Amino acid sequence: MPVGQLLVEGLAIGACYGLFATAVFWLAFVITMLFSILLGVLIEFLFLRPAKHPSILGMIVITLGAEMFLMGLASWKWGAEQKFFSLPLNPSVTYEPVKGMIINNWAIAVFAVTACIMLFLYIFFKYTKLGVAMRATQQNKHAAKIMGIRTERVFSFAWGFSSLIGAVAGMFFASRATLDPAFMMEPFLRAFAAAVLGGLMSIPGVIIGGALMGLIENFFGYYWPHWKPIIAFIVIILVLCLRPSGLFAKHYVKKV
Amino acid sequence: MDMKRDYYEDIQLFQSGVVLFWTVVLLLVLFTLPLVVPNYYVYLFNIIMVHIILAVGLNILVGSTGQISLGHAGFFAIGAYGTVLMMTLFQLPFILAILIAAFIAAFFGFILGLPALRLEGPYLAIVSLGFGLTIMHVIGGVDAFGGRMGIKVPPLDLGIKQLGISWILTTDFHKYYLILIMTIIMVVGARNILKTRVGRSFVAIRDSDIAAEVIGVNLTIYKTLAFAVSAFYAGIAGGLFGFVLGFFDPFTFNMILSIIFLVMVVVGGLGTILGGIMGATLITYLQYDLLKNIAEVPYFGALMVAVSKQWFTLVGLENFSSMAIGLIMIGIIIFEPLGMFGLWIRMKKYWMTWPF
Repeated sequence: MPVGQLLVEGLAIGACYGLFATAVFWLAFVITMLFSILLGVLIEFLFLRPAKHPSILGMIVITLGAEMFLMGLASWKWGAEQKFFSLPLNPSVTYEPVKGMIINNWAIAVFAVTACIMLFLYIFFKYTKLGVAMRATQQNKHAAKIMGIRTERVFSFAWGFSSLIGAVAGMFFASRATLDPAFMMEPFLRAFAAAVLGGLMSIPGVIIGGALMGLIENFFGYYWPHWKPIIAFIVIILVLCLRPSGLFAKHYVKKV
Repeated sequence: MDMKRDYYEDIQLFQSGVVLFWTVVLLLVLFTLPLVVPNYYVYLFNIIMVHIILAVGLNILVGSTGQISLGHAGFFAIGAYGTVLMMTLFQLPFILAILIAAFIAAFFGFILGLPALRLEGPYLAIVSLGFGLTIMHVIGGVDAFGGRMGIKVPPLDLGIKQLGISWILTTDFHKYYLILIMTIIMVVGARNILKTRVGRSFVAIRDSDIAAEVIGVNLTIYKTLAFAVSAFYAGIAGGLFGFVLGFFDPFTFNMILSIIFLVMVVVGGLGTILGGIMGATLITYLQYDLLKNIAEVPYFGALMVAVSKQWFTLVGLENFSSMAIGLIMIGIIIFEPLGMFGLWIRMKKYWMTWPF
């Protein structure tokens, strides 16, 4: 379920920011966030819900279709060329808290926002009714339905949330690189590598996996800058061959 | 309607005299077509047939074996680059070069099949997607492959240089017959693979890999074999595609191309030869002809131009094709999961049982 979603998210941002580029930044930010939630829910409602019992391939094709649709729409409106996008965070303002360690405003903002989202997700999945329902739906859709959970509504919420988080991530990425309709493809593969490294289905695993992935990529990129883009794929293959459940997730075997 | 009384009736190439007759008619039409249509359409037919080879091969993997691949542009690229490099660096004859390139692609398919033993569904899709991107980066990064600037193909010489025999195909018209013959061989080959023990093992794995293992299908062998066969088809298609284009760079084989390949198979119909052929034809026609020149379509084109001017940009109108294909993808899953093959079967049933 969550795989295709990430693909779509990146586009939401491309689409949104362009829409509200003329407005004041904070206003544009709020509208973009609301719009990304709406877009996620809308995609679930319009495209995934009418498909009766789709196979996994069917789901992937639908999400890819939604992606191509949004990408086409965004390129139709704004053209496929790259655009410049910046957050009101000046990357040249730097601090040096410890000698030799330099961080800038952008990095601090990323760190703070990531920490907030992590904390929010942790509390959400552990203590709220909706979060528990989401986990139940993920583990067994039919049992969850029998227990009285409206799984369709849960899916809508899941799409809304993931689209929101994707929009936030996309904004930070776009401010570092340039903005074009296909810019989220690279980070997407890297994000998946991080998740596989830490273990899918485990939030602490994803955090540590993400940190490790960043370190691996930058060390690798320092020595062989030419081959930096393919490191994510190599990590995925190595982890799957050596430790398929990831570094931190508990391995459990699904029964027939 | 389609009752089989014994095994030989199931595996024979032509189920009845009617099928044989229409096949012969179709072949005659295909062989005389380039004599009557304008040259641009011959080029379009060449691309369509290349895509048919690829879609039929991908259908063996996705439709019959149930493994999802979003990295077939990678195998396609290996076929194209392999063929051209074999011919320019080692002076091999075309047929040998394309076969070696296809076997290299098949070897990479085998490699990609290994993680498929551990993964399924969306995770496999991501790994194969990563494979496609990796191949694109590797080819773009090595100067011997032409780097990011691309590579120009040598003249398509069917003869053997070492023996002094030379038979150079220069025009699209000549290439058409080469590609047509290759397509027929590959399609009949795919059909025969699916009717044998190997094909039945593939289908068993798709329906339930655990049940298949219990009845004695070796998962390791057959899953990797499915990837290898499919990659072989993609390699052959890629080798031909290079000569149709005449010039290509690594970004020809991007991720969108992999998605388009998957769309061909899904739109055509999963797990059937005819489905792959119909899907490849429709999507290629839409992408290369109809949607590309959307502004020239009568009535609708004018409407689209007006809409673009009013609310969108005229420059971005070419991206309408990706929107339309996205909508086709979603629509086909929601309304007709069997794809065009499902429609075909429904039509056939309607006429055969009419007036009931």
